[in-house]
Amino acid sequence: MVSYILRRLLQVIPVFLGTTLLVYYMVFALPGDPIAALFGDRQPPQAVIDALREQYHLNEPFWVQYGLFLKNLFTFNLGVDFTQQPIAATLGRVFPVTAMLAIEALIIQAVFGVLFGVFAGLRKGKLFDSTVLVVSLVVIAVPTFVLGFVFQLVFGVHLAWAKPTVGANAGWTDLILPAVVLGLVSFAYVLRLTRASVIENMNADYVRTATAKGLSRPRVVLTHILRNSMIPVVTYLGANLGGLMGGAIVTEGIFNVPGVGNKLYQAVLRGEGPTVVAIVSVLVLVFVLANLLVDLLYAWLDPRIRYDH
Amino acid sequence: MTTNPNHFVAPVEETPLLATDSKITDQAPLSLWAEAWKKLRRRPLFIISAVMILILTVIALFPGLFTNVAPNENCQLANSLGAPEPGHPFGFTYQGCDVYARVIYGTQASLAVGFLSVICVLIIGVTLGAIAGYYGGWLDAVLARLGDIFFALPLILGALVLTQLPMFRENKSVWTVVLVISLLAWPQMARITRGAVIEVRNADFVTAARSLGVSKFGALLRHVLPNALAPVIVLATLELGVFIVAEATLSFLGIGLPPSIMSWGNDISGAQAAIRTNVAILLYPAAALSITVLSFIMLGDAVRDALDPKSRQR
Amino acid sequence: MTSDIRIEESGSHQAKPLLEIRDLAITFKTGSGEVKAVKNAHLTIMPGETVAIVGESGSGKSTTALAAIGLLPTNGRVSGGQILLDGEDIANASEKRMIELRGNTIGMVPQDPMSNLNPVWKIGYQVKETLRANGKPNGPDDVAKVLAQAGLPDAHRRAKQYPHEFSGGMRQRALIAIGLSCQPRLLIADEPTSALDVTVQRQILDHLDTMTTELGTSVLLITHDLGLAAERADKVVVMYQGNVVEAGPSLELLRNPQHPYTQRLVASAPSLASRRIQVAKEQGIETDELLAPADAKTVAASDELLKIEDLTKVFKLRSGFGRSTDFTAVDNVSFSVKRGTTTAIVGESGSGKSTVAQMVLNLLTPTSGRIVFDGVDTSSLGRKELFKFRRRVQPIFQDPYGSLDPMYNIFRTIEEPLRTHNVGNAASREKKVRELLDQVALPQSMMQRFPNELSGGQRQRVAIARALALDPEVIICDEAVSALDVLVQAQVLNLLAELQSNLGLTYLFITHDLAVVRQIADHVCVMEKGKLVETGATDDVFESPQMDYTKALLNAIPGASLMLPPEVA
Repeated sequence: MVSYILRRLLQVIPVFLGTTLLVYYMVFALPGDPIAALFGDRQPPQAVIDALREQYHLNEPFWVQYGLFLKNLFTFNLGVDFTQQPIAATLGRVFPVTAMLAIEALIIQAVFGVLFGVFAGLRKGKLFDSTVLVVSLVVIAVPTFVLGFVFQLVFGVHLAWAKPTVGANAGWTDLILPAVVLGLVSFAYVLRLTRASVIENMNADYVRTATAKGLSRPRVVLTHILRNSMIPVVTYLGANLGGLMGGAIVTEGIFNVPGVGNKLYQAVLRGEGPTVVAIVSVLVLVFVLANLLVDLLYAWLDPRIRYDH
Repeated sequence: MTTNPNHFVAPVEETPLLATDSKITDQAPLSLWAEAWKKLRRRPLFIISAVMILILTVIALFPGLFTNVAPNENCQLANSLGAPEPGHPFGFTYQGCDVYARVIYGTQASLAVGFLSVICVLIIGVTLGAIAGYYGGWLDAVLARLGDIFFALPLILGALVLTQLPMFRENKSVWTVVLVISLLAWPQMARITRGAVIEVRNADFVTAARSLGVSKFGALLRHVLPNALAPVIVLATLELGVFIVAEATLSFLGIGLPPSIMSWGNDISGAQAAIRTNVAILLYPAAALSITVLSFIMLGDAVRDALDPKSRQR
Repeated sequence: MTSDIRIEESGSHQAKPLLEIRDLAITFKTGSGEVKAVKNAHLTIMPGETVAIVGESGSGKSTTALAAIGLLPTNGRVSGGQILLDGEDIANASEKRMIELRGNTIGMVPQDPMSNLNPVWKIGYQVKETLRANGKPNGPDDVAKVLAQAGLPDAHRRAKQYPHEFSGGMRQRALIAIGLSCQPRLLIADEPTSALDVTVQRQILDHLDTMTTELGTSVLLITHDLGLAAERADKVVVMYQGNVVEAGPSLELLRNPQHPYTQRLVASAPSLASRRIQVAKEQGIETDELLAPADAKTVAASDELLKIEDLTKVFKLRSGFGRSTDFTAVDNVSFSVKRGTTTAIVGESGSGKSTVAQMVLNLLTPTSGRIVFDGVDTSSLGRKELFKFRRRVQPIFQDPYGSLDPMYNIFRTIEEPLRTHNVGNAASREKKVRELLDQVALPQSMMQRFPNELSGGQRQRVAIARALALDPEVIICDEAVSALDVLVQAQVLNLLAELQSNLGLTYLFITHDLAVVRQIADHVCVMEKGKLVETGATDDVFESPQMDYTKALLNAIPGASLMLPPEVA
């Protein structure tokens, strides 16, 4: 296990370097003055331009620029935004909100998705299963931002079960509605994946053998079907964290949640390229680290992974 | 027949001997594709989604057949957010344009982005995935790392950065959106292809072909790829839906198609301001988008069931 | 009714039967309606007795056994008859009752050791949960004791390992440990060793015998191998097409088969008689007559077509962090193959026999040593010569499902070598394909069919036709009949023998099955762990093996002593 963790840690480094390099290269190594280009036709205050030049060391060779960019990233020296606020401080303020939102969404998709998926799989072909399958198809087909508006309108405005927009000082209850919107599409995917996985495992030889050993049905389901069925689900949840981040931009925008996604969305709307790049780099870092965690969970679930060399 | 009372022999007339090793089929010969097609044809899920996609494609190609109203002309601010009236069944947008006509004309952009992106992703992903999986070695290692790097950049986040670039910001079009999506989405296709190719490349029929004198590359083209296509086709169908959503999301965020191109994402974005006064102008393009995506997801589901190797008879 | 007679038979004696299956019918619901998989199965197992059900795939033997432990697949059900356990009918017993019985009254040892242990739980846990579910003490010492009894050394440590850290034989031992852990009165063993090498198979069956004898357990053994059944069981039940066609004491049934199916099965069971003798017997030719021309042929064509000299193959195994260790798969192997003869390379998994085949086919490059084909070192061949070489040496592989491209119809499959080598035009190629189909005794109407529409034996015939398309001189058969049912295997071996005498082919036969070797080979090379341990004329090697390993292999053939037909013995 230890050697597996070490190996995975070593693998993360080139991925992270590569991804940040990719982001950085796209923005800063193209011909022309990147600062001017990033702002397009908008003219930011001279002070901001000066600060950016300082931040990104544009007079240095590319590799030095990139190295300093990485150093800045790891020391959370992310520069200033349009209004000369340090981006790092803003992120520090908004990050907990997004983390709370993401955790709520993860709980919705993981817990409920797995629960519904297991029940549907165990009752394959029954009414519950077919209903859940049809509903999940429809949920998958409705894009997050459409779902956001519909839920905002129905649950926020008409039924008034929740605040249609969240605003500052959001508590975890305020975030339930956006979290549902954010987690719903993945919930449907998790449900379908769990269901398929449970159905496949129910027919596995070792499940039949477990039954032949005299184990009761609940024990067979718990120890032999459930754990094995979780392996592909965990992989999906890890890969889907990126989708969750993309969804957070949309959801936080619609519900006016003061989180990272919203800040990013605002920066996009205002055409603040450097801020966008800084926030995306941080998010990529989070994504890569989160996937590392998922991989460890995966290895815990499936001992064959650890052994593999 | 036998003297030992413990020796039982079934009457031969009740248990006649059949010819050893015969498998008699009276049906016409059936290739795997034909078999999959036969299975598909009977599935309601497939029929419904195929019909819907057919209709959508016709709408995209000939929008004029479905509405007489030119979507961008005759927009009168007097009609802003107007209720439905004869000839304008869905009402009017904020700018006073006909919602129905815009929904009809918006089909083209969504489907174009979807299909073109999938084609690009197929070209890049299948080529790289097949080469990596088939030849292995350092090429595979390099491509795998490259894939990991792109994989670590989520689609929407990557698109946010890419679209900040002058070259994308200044000439937004269907093609820039296709390019952004393809650049960020090919790794998954490459992974799936690679996995499928690896599964097939060591099959005995490939070795047999090689020892017949078929060249290594020839075996890849003639034997490995055709047998690795099933998961690729399933993913491509599902991704059609995913990319259409991606385009709409990007347009909604204001970094996708330019406002000059009619698209559902743009219309939903535009309807945002009026959501509390006239929700219909948001719901119609949203419904069109959802139905389109649903059709492709359903198609992907049906195709997966039909091509699933586990359900194939051996 | 047959069952009535049987009750009297067993009931008239002192002991009552432990398990009695009467007129059992099992139905499966499929896409195209209901299918009867088992029609009228009946058998009786007395306490302490071992009964074997023998049949080929699809005969209903496993289905019958699964019904006895209530584990039919969800689309299957018992549609008639009774399964009496100690007089209690459990054919349609409640799930609750079945859970009570499973484990401590009826145990099971499943077929495939690779897929029957849950990969995510430690072996010890999988034993422990069995003990716990059946109310037995289940501490670490109890678990270790169960594993140790099944012959797993170092049981305490082994209990803490996962299935993937076990070899196939060890996994099967663990499964036997689990099946017997609660001392069931009846053990259902479904092909318990068919996935294992013969020597391991023998050890495990011996151990199973010892354990069940000690515990007084009755065993219901399911197998496709008549020899194995006769050797291990007191009674044999033969199933065919869902029916029990014959049942009786093992030796009696083997020596005096009554039902035509059993007769056929006994005749084509891979015995130790030479295939040529068997072909002759079927055609009514006297043994002596046949042996003479065979000898003459060998003498006449004695030039060495293929010569292998000091062949060695070393693989680099990556062991993480850029390190690698060397693994010698083939170690300094030399032998030669004379034109028109059959040479078999025999060995267990990991012996390197298939690697030799791959190198002879020029699909792998040897690390050192030479392969000389018709006087030319094959490693020195240029592109064009290699292309020509391919025409002369052709392979046939083990898995008839895997060796045909599922996307190609039969015509395209057989035509591919002709087209690749630009032989003739479209019309002449079609004519050739028709001829080839005739040669392998397949109807020409099959040309437009696809592999998935053919049976295993038919596919293997197609593979043979493809190999013959370019009129090769040497055919490398890599386990070419191992995946086939016994009767089909016999047919294909006959075909190969026939083709050899008609076309003067040279065979290099790679196999793990010594019985097959005896039937078809003139010369045999025995390989163990990459090394050639013994080589010689087949009869010499079989009659007086020199090396311990060869002796062990020969002893491990199930039912070897029983199966020897009297006239040859």
